[in-house]
Amino acid sequence: MSFDRIREKLNILADAAKYDVSCSSSGGTRKNDNKGLGDSHSSGICHTYTEDGRCVSLLKILLTNHCIYDCLFCVSRKSNDVKRAAFTVDEVVELTMNFYRRNYIEGLFLSSGIFKNADFTMERLLLVCKKLRLEQNYNGYIHLKTIPGASDELIKEAGLYADRMSINLEMPTEAGLKLLAPEKSHADVIKPLAFVQQNISQFAADKKLIKHIPKFVPAGQSTQMVIGATPESDKDIMYTASSFYKNFALKRVYYSGYVPISNDSRMPVLGTQPPLLRENRLYQTDWLMRFYGFKVQEILNDANPNLDVDIDPKLSWAIRNMQHFPVDINKADYRMILRIPGIGVMSANKIVQARKFGKLRIDQLKKIGVAYNRAKHFITCADSPYQLKDYQGTQIKAFIMADSQSKYLKTDNNQMLLF
Amino acid sequence: MNYIFDGSLPGLLTAVFEWFERKPGKIALKSTEMFQPEAFAECLLIESNSDKADRVWKGLQKKLKKDWLRIFYCSYLSEIPDAYNHLFQFTIYIFQNELGAQNNYGNEHVIALAKYAKSVEREKHRMEAFIRFQHTADGIFYTGVDPDFNVLPLISNHFKNRYADQQWIIYDLKRKYGLHYNLTSVEEITIDFTNGVNCKNPSAILLDEKEELYSVLWKDYFKSANIVARKNTKLHIQHVPKRYWKYLTEKQLS
Repeated sequence: MSFDRIREKLNILADAAKYDVSCSSSGGTRKNDNKGLGDSHSSGICHTYTEDGRCVSLLKILLTNHCIYDCLFCVSRKSNDVKRAAFTVDEVVELTMNFYRRNYIEGLFLSSGIFKNADFTMERLLLVCKKLRLEQNYNGYIHLKTIPGASDELIKEAGLYADRMSINLEMPTEAGLKLLAPEKSHADVIKPLAFVQQNISQFAADKKLIKHIPKFVPAGQSTQMVIGATPESDKDIMYTASSFYKNFALKRVYYSGYVPISNDSRMPVLGTQPPLLRENRLYQTDWLMRFYGFKVQEILNDANPNLDVDIDPKLSWAIRNMQHFPVDINKADYRMILRIPGIGVMSANKIVQARKFGKLRIDQLKKIGVAYNRAKHFITCADSPYQLKDYQGTQIKAFIMADSQSKYLKTDNNQMLLF
Repeated sequence: MNYIFDGSLPGLLTAVFEWFERKPGKIALKSTEMFQPEAFAECLLIESNSDKADRVWKGLQKKLKKDWLRIFYCSYLSEIPDAYNHLFQFTIYIFQNELGAQNNYGNEHVIALAKYAKSVEREKHRMEAFIRFQHTADGIFYTGVDPDFNVLPLISNHFKNRYADQQWIIYDLKRKYGLHYNLTSVEEITIDFTNGVNCKNPSAILLDEKEELYSVLWKDYFKSANIVARKNTKLHIQHVPKRYWKYLTEKQLS
């Protein structure tokens, strides 16, 4: 293979794959017990970050960007006039091995455009995995795209070699998807997601009875939604996410701010800024659901269908629910401490452990890592100053906004108008 | 009063032993390297003693679980002068209190150790992420690094498990020692770099012929994976601080 040709292919196929945001390499459990190459790191490792600040952990490429579908939101759509290329199975294997050996990557993220049909594509992806695992003794991470419509046997076999599998929902609602990709539906995604999930639980159940059972998608499944291409509310997005977390035990749902790539009138025009702030707020909500014990209905409901832009969802919830505050740091339940703005999981844990040794004071809270300027409006501790006035939620919001600066709001909008 | 020790871990543990033998009250522990004589303070030179150190370490093992022994060790590896004193005070505090005293995050030594360990673990993780091997002509994968803290002992197992089928060397240029994995075990080595050898970027003659190809492909990949419309330099630098750029293949010109 010639030097220039492989460079060109890599450029085309990495460029086409970059809109898949997932790059996590966490949750792998594969051990290097055959003296081969690679050993998983349970929390994953980001080996570098692109200039847009996203982590690069895996070699994320398409096997090919030839595709029989014409989905408007996708760069590789049939009608788009871009250069096409395809890797051979061996090229992908060699790239992965050599990048891994130099500690560039944690593993491979392999996706593909659909060429000929779903089964034909899935077979090729499976072949790459098998070569890596069986011929090269490779124990690094493999994230594999499940191709919707591929046969159950192929998907099941792939699950034996991959660490994580994923299928993208693409649009948060069925209506949005139908608008931009009439050939696709959410049902196509749900079927394989459910199938893989069934197998994961089946293998886990068998593992309890039989010790030596092969691994099956040990790092679980994930999915991705494009945000801002169609007019869904934050509530629609997060309710969909929440139901997928619940029904398919997904490890992650990714939200990808739409980067305009098409001139079609149904979508934001070229040159529109991707909705980065909105994406950030959605991820914050996602974290509140997964790690802070919030129900999605508490954060988003018919009264508040969209997240606040100027403050984060946790603060926003606290301000709407001032009846729960102030919380006594030295007495309150762990779950309530987690809900205080300015206190994260680490600090909450430390507080609960440390208060067994005596009542905590302000200076100790600061050292523990609490963002005290934010939290002070919502807590009392051993030496909290006595407060006569009972502030309203809106006033507290104004206080916090006044002494914090958002990276997104370039101009200060707290200045009151004189006239 | 000051205790002066030689900067080694056994030395530090011996100092704790000596303190309990004498019970002299409030003491500050300093390393010989950092010590400046003070006019009105007495000082005691601690002689490192492996038997005494062993006893203290065994005692600690009874008091602390694995996670805290690791925090203890990491804080020691930070090589920060204040950390030595905090470790000393922490050990005394642990011995003088009931089991579980390490959970008192209101105690200044506990929180200090937690902080040092966090920095060291972060540096360890960054080394696992940012080290880039170069394949040399004699088949060894080589890299030279200069981490903020002495983290080589912490990353040795990670690389040994991961790269079990290739020989590799990770060399700490600041502390002048390195790790060499010879396909069976990891050994500590020192290399005398002769004048003219660039230990961070060995010249092309010393490298495997395929090395150039893969480093170019990796740089290409790094460029292609970027989405220009989302450019966020501040975040980029936050994740990859500039002092690490010298290691990164994708950040090198040409």
